Amino acid sequence: MTSLNTRPNIDGPDDFYAELLALHEGLSKAESDALNARLILILANHIGDRDVLREAMQAAARAGEKPASNG
Amino acid sequence: MTKIFETPLYPYRRSADQDARTPVRHPVVVIGAGPVGMAAAIDLARHDVPVVILDDNDKVSYGSRAICFAKRPLEILDRLGCGEPMVRKGVTWNTGKVFFGDEETYRFNLLPESGHKRPAFINLQQYHFEAYMVQRIRELQEEGRPIEIRGRNAVSALAEHDDHVRLEIDTPEGPYNIEAEWLIACDGAGSSTRRMLGLDFVGKVFEDNFLIADVIMEADFPPERWFWFDPPFNRGQSALLHKQPDNLWRIDFQIGWNIDREEELKEENIRRRLHAMLGEDAKFELEWTSIYTFQCRRMESFRKGRVLFAGDAAHQVSPFGARGANSGLQDTDNLAWKLRLVMEGKAPESLLDSYSSERIHGADENILNSTRSTEFITPKSEISRIFRDAVLDLAREHEFARPLVNSGRLSVPCTYDGSPLNGPDCPELPRRTRPGSPAPDAPIANGWLLDRLGDRFQLLVFAVNAPERLEDGGIEVETIRLDPDASPELRERYLGEADGAVYLMRPDQHVAARWRHFDEAAVIAALRKATGRE
Ligand SMILES: Cc1cc2nc3c(=O)[nH]c(=O)nc-3n(C[C@H](O)[C@H](O)[C@H](O)COP(=O)(O)OP(=O)(O)OC[C@H]3O[C@@H](n4cnc5c(N)ncnc54)[C@H](O)[C@@H]3O)c2cc1C
Repeated sequence: MTSLNTRPNIDGPDDFYAELLALHEGLSKAESDALNARLILILANHIGDRDVLREAMQAAARAGEKPASNG
Repeated sequence: MTKIFETPLYPYRRSADQDARTPVRHPVVVIGAGPVGMAAAIDLARHDVPVVILDDNDKVSYGSRAICFAKRPLEILDRLGCGEPMVRKGVTWNTGKVFFGDEETYRFNLLPESGHKRPAFINLQQYHFEAYMVQRIRELQEEGRPIEIRGRNAVSALAEHDDHVRLEIDTPEGPYNIEAEWLIACDGAGSSTRRMLGLDFVGKVFEDNFLIADVIMEADFPPERWFWFDPPFNRGQSALLHKQPDNLWRIDFQIGWNIDREEELKEENIRRRLHAMLGEDAKFELEWTSIYTFQCRRMESFRKGRVLFAGDAAHQVSPFGARGANSGLQDTDNLAWKLRLVMEGKAPESLLDSYSSERIHGADENILNSTRSTEFITPKSEISRIFRDAVLDLAREHEFARPLVNSGRLSVPCTYDGSPLNGPDCPELPRRTRPGSPAPDAPIANGWLLDRLGDRFQLLVFAVNAPERLEDGGIEVETIRLDPDASPELRERYLGEADGAVYLMRPDQHVAARWRHFDEAAVIAALRKATGRE
């Protein structure tokens, strides 16, 4: 079974990041939200594997949780 | 000309029961002459189980209600002997179109699978549907079957006893009492039986209103289902157009939660909406207009002692997906044979608990599907709307997004996976006919498989040896030998790669168990399991 790849996998990370931001340039918040949603759907379909998608959703949710204060 | 929905079809007549000194006891009483109550009664009476239907009204259903009837209920109606006139009268459709904003996003074809006697759907007004059922009841009466329908008999009180239920009934000539050994409550979403027995009906109300108009017009729209998201004539909301027989069109407008009902229902306002949609010079007449809110809910259990709940009385769904009447007919399909075996003393009363568990499985599936459709059609949060619109924007160009568009997942029957009645499976055989599944139709020599199935236990035998008939505890099993090559569909649906198989079929045309070879002891064990006797 394939699982979510969370190791670096993108060639030219800075270029990719700049491209992602460029895509949103000049868009209103609503237009950006819509674009992100379309992008997520396109990528999700490309991945297709429901287990991998679920892992990705969980990883995204976890990364947004507030770190537990320790002590 | 008086319209069908204005004519009393079962006018009040005094019954001898009203003059009896002590309440007359009936084997089965059905409350409610809606589609579900009539189906239950017809099913039982065909097998000579005496049944009395009580309804507080005397006419068919009033107003805009069900229009879409799916293949499985049509198959059940065939078994009951009233499918043919409905299919003949109904409009068959296969194409759906989805619009988003000003344009058509895509169209789909239901691509009906080959090798079925009945189409995927017909559209037929609920009042026609009910009138055909009343006609079937009259035919059964002419054949001398023990079925009776009493109009303007409103059940007003119930008392449960060990071996019967006592009913108090109001009529135009005053109240009377009868007793029922078994009571089937098909008295609709507002079920007074449920209330009188103090049972809960919990679920979720969708905070939205729908204006539904049935419009008579000569229009050359094709018989297709058109669904709009955010159309110019109903901004931010949805709309639906669907054809019914007799030049009647069903139009739904989503109109939001905070509305002025009275204002919305004014004819001039409805006409204004319709002209915006159909064009300024469209000519039409309004048959009905109403505003509905929708909900999804079900009872905890569909059985309470001698009272069995079916149809909207037991569960309610929003109409996206046409699952209301369609699932109610599947309830009675499941219930009738079980009740019959229990009444004949051939199965324990506990068999009726499997009615509740199997149909709760079906109701939950319907509620899940219709809740999801409702969320897509009427997104409840900002992010839900963002994703919904993203799906619709993508669907125009990208095929992958089309299966995500949810304008109602049209009713399909459920498979009773995990039912206590299911016997052994044979994994070599096709998955779609596993135990618990409704038998898919297929062409056979001189006709259709489903025309041969139902009403009793049967053994479908494909290219293996098996006796003509079997019997256990007074329950007979009839053998039907089938040539696996009668049609490619038959082979594909029942055998797959295997050369032979044996299927034990329930009286409701669902698969009870299946094997590669015949083994009498195994069949008898499965029969006992399927009748709750193990
Ligand atoms: C706008 C709309 C569109 C729909 N579209 C579809 C569709 O396309 N496909 C589909 O399958 N379903 C559809 N439905 C749902 C469908 O109409 C119902 O699921 C169906 O009518 C339920 O049938 P029933 O027999 O359980 O109850 P009902 O049809 O409600 O019948 C109940 C009967 O019981 C009687 N009754 C009530 N109380 C008493 C009493 N105390 N004593 C005696 N009699 C009593 C009533 O008079 C009534 O005749 C739609 C519903 C709506 C509102």
